[in-house]
Amino acid sequence: MITLEGISKQYDSVTVVDSVSMQIERNSITVIVGTSGSGKSTLLRMINRLVEPSAGRVLLEGADTRGEPAHLLRRRIGYAIQGHGLFPHRTVAENIATVPRLLGWDAERTRARVEELLTVFQLDPATYAGAFPHQLSGGQQQRVGVARALAAEPQVLLMDEPFGALDPIIRAKAQEDLLAIQERYRTTIVLVTHDMDEAFRLGDKVAVMSQGRLLQYDRPAVLLAAPADPFVARMTGLSDRALKLLSLTAAGQVALPGAVDGPTVPAGASLREVLSELLWQAAPAATVVASDGQVCGHLTVQAIFAHGHPRR
Amino acid sequence: MLQPLPLWHRVDPLGALLTAVGALALATLPFVVFKANRIVPGEAHGLLQVLPAGLALACQVALLIAATVALVRFSAPLRLAVALATIAVLALALASAADALTPPGNKVVRVAAGGAFWLLLVCSGLMATDAITRLRPGPLVRVALLAGFLLVTLLVLAHGTFDHLSVMREYAVNAGRFPRALRQHVLLALGSLAAAVVVALPLGILCHRLPRLRPGVLGTLNVIQTIPAIALFGILMAPLGALAAALPWVGDLGIRGIGAAPAAVALFLYSLLPIVANTLQGLEHVSRSAVEAARGMGMTAWQVLTGVELILALPVILTGVRVVLVQNIGMTTVAALIGGGGLGTFVFQGIGQTAIDLVLLGAIPIVVLAFSAAVLLDALIEVMQRAPS
Repeated sequence: MITLEGISKQYDSVTVVDSVSMQIERNSITVIVGTSGSGKSTLLRMINRLVEPSAGRVLLEGADTRGEPAHLLRRRIGYAIQGHGLFPHRTVAENIATVPRLLGWDAERTRARVEELLTVFQLDPATYAGAFPHQLSGGQQQRVGVARALAAEPQVLLMDEPFGALDPIIRAKAQEDLLAIQERYRTTIVLVTHDMDEAFRLGDKVAVMSQGRLLQYDRPAVLLAAPADPFVARMTGLSDRALKLLSLTAAGQVALPGAVDGPTVPAGASLREVLSELLWQAAPAATVVASDGQVCGHLTVQAIFAHGHPRR
Repeated sequence: MLQPLPLWHRVDPLGALLTAVGALALATLPFVVFKANRIVPGEAHGLLQVLPAGLALACQVALLIAATVALVRFSAPLRLAVALATIAVLALALASAADALTPPGNKVVRVAAGGAFWLLLVCSGLMATDAITRLRPGPLVRVALLAGFLLVTLLVLAHGTFDHLSVMREYAVNAGRFPRALRQHVLLALGSLAAAVVVALPLGILCHRLPRLRPGVLGTLNVIQTIPAIALFGILMAPLGALAAALPWVGDLGIRGIGAAPAAVALFLYSLLPIVANTLQGLEHVSRSAVEAARGMGMTAWQVLTGVELILALPVILTGVRVVLVQNIGMTTVAALIGGGGLGTFVFQGIGQTAIDLVLLGAIPIVVLAFSAAVLLDALIEVMQRAPS
């Protein structure tokens, strides 16, 4: 668990982060979202002390992060940034092995970990371990960047606009991969982005920042249903908020018992996708099927409608 | 059906120019200059006048072949081979001419290379370097080519092929002093470079970290760079002389107002700007996100500097070192003026005695040294860039 206690950052007389307090739960994905200049990156960088807070403190599992030298703290926290920041003069394997080497892991353990991560990130070790970063595509470079951040099995992974440089299709794939990685390693992830859709897609909880202040920090559904501030409402988007709300719920979670005539949809699809499919097929209901082919139940247009507005 | 290419499409422009210059030189300038002794004015001889008939014919044929290959767009390896062969033919023709013109046992006559020889040598050299450039050899191949060239040259010189040539006559007279002068020259050039690296590298890093320092440091070094070498020697004479007078042990170390000390200090000062500027520029061009990631992953400031920043900046820093090394080898020549020694000794003695051969005895090794240094460092820089950025 990461606890921020009233942390602020001032440069000369300019306040970049203004007394932010929040608790980030273990094994969750927290997304900090805001416009540029909102202080979101500075907030993230105060967690691993790349920026030292002017006031307040950061607790990692209850311990003040200032209790050890900053570089030792950072070796325990994964860090991935926009544009990947890979070392151009080192191979992919050497890049990934950066933190294990700093920590003095033995060669065999490092090699095994590099191989495991390359495989998890769908990069064949035989092909890519010895390649240099400039030989990879943008998406591959980004994956190596995340693999490098995870190399020393950190409990916490900080990501600063990690997908900012990717085109939309590769970006969607990278987001999917990140969710799978989080499922696998149960890492606590704090991710900064300016893209609200990305925040809703990835975040268990989303923190909205503006002008250095934390405006609201809650589950995506609450942000949509009960924005604490007109700025949060603008950020979440008013015109399609019902559809956004639908996109937060998976069909399998709310299916009604029994199968029906009509199209079938996967249990993992969001209600938004199911609704779109029903509109396309001009059907009133669809059967929800799990990935193993078993019927989970069905969904009707009426049932979906019930999820498309805030329940009071 | 392919149309045969018109003739002018098969003509190599550079080759045409080189052939024209070579032919003009051969027609109008002397190939060798003969002097009855070191002081009297020389008499010019053409290539065909001095060589035995058979050799002259062979030489002509060789030059004609060279001109043909230079003119037409043949493949680069063939052009290189022919250019190198032409250089060898020219050198052998010169040696034979010197042998033919020198009466047996006579050590007074001087036979020197004339304008035609030098221009033909330059033309063949340009043809060779042009071919090498087109072949794009790897750095190791280039170093091997240089080593081969130097080895062959040394072997031929040791064999005595050119002993009747005036430059070698001057060498024979100065053989006792030559190794010492060469050593002094290399030591002065390399020593001042090493000292400059030790000072300039940290200074460049400091300028990178503290932008406020940049205008002052770079401005000062720029001003030093504009002071002519002779003037800088003069400026240094007084303080170094005073230092030696005040502290006798400093004088015992060889640090005096004249001699190697002011020369070394001057070369050191001239070396600072290129290395500081290139260190700064190299560090500025290191990917910011790589540095940010390095810090974020827990590298210490020293690890970021040595493991990421300096390594990525190294090719640019080495480019500065290359500039300084070549510049130093050339400028060390002037050190002879204030008793600093080095190959410049021969150059200035030769100028004083109007003995152009003595000047060449100093100048040719300086050119070879500078050229070799450039080839070596270029190769090193390219090897460094193999880990691309």
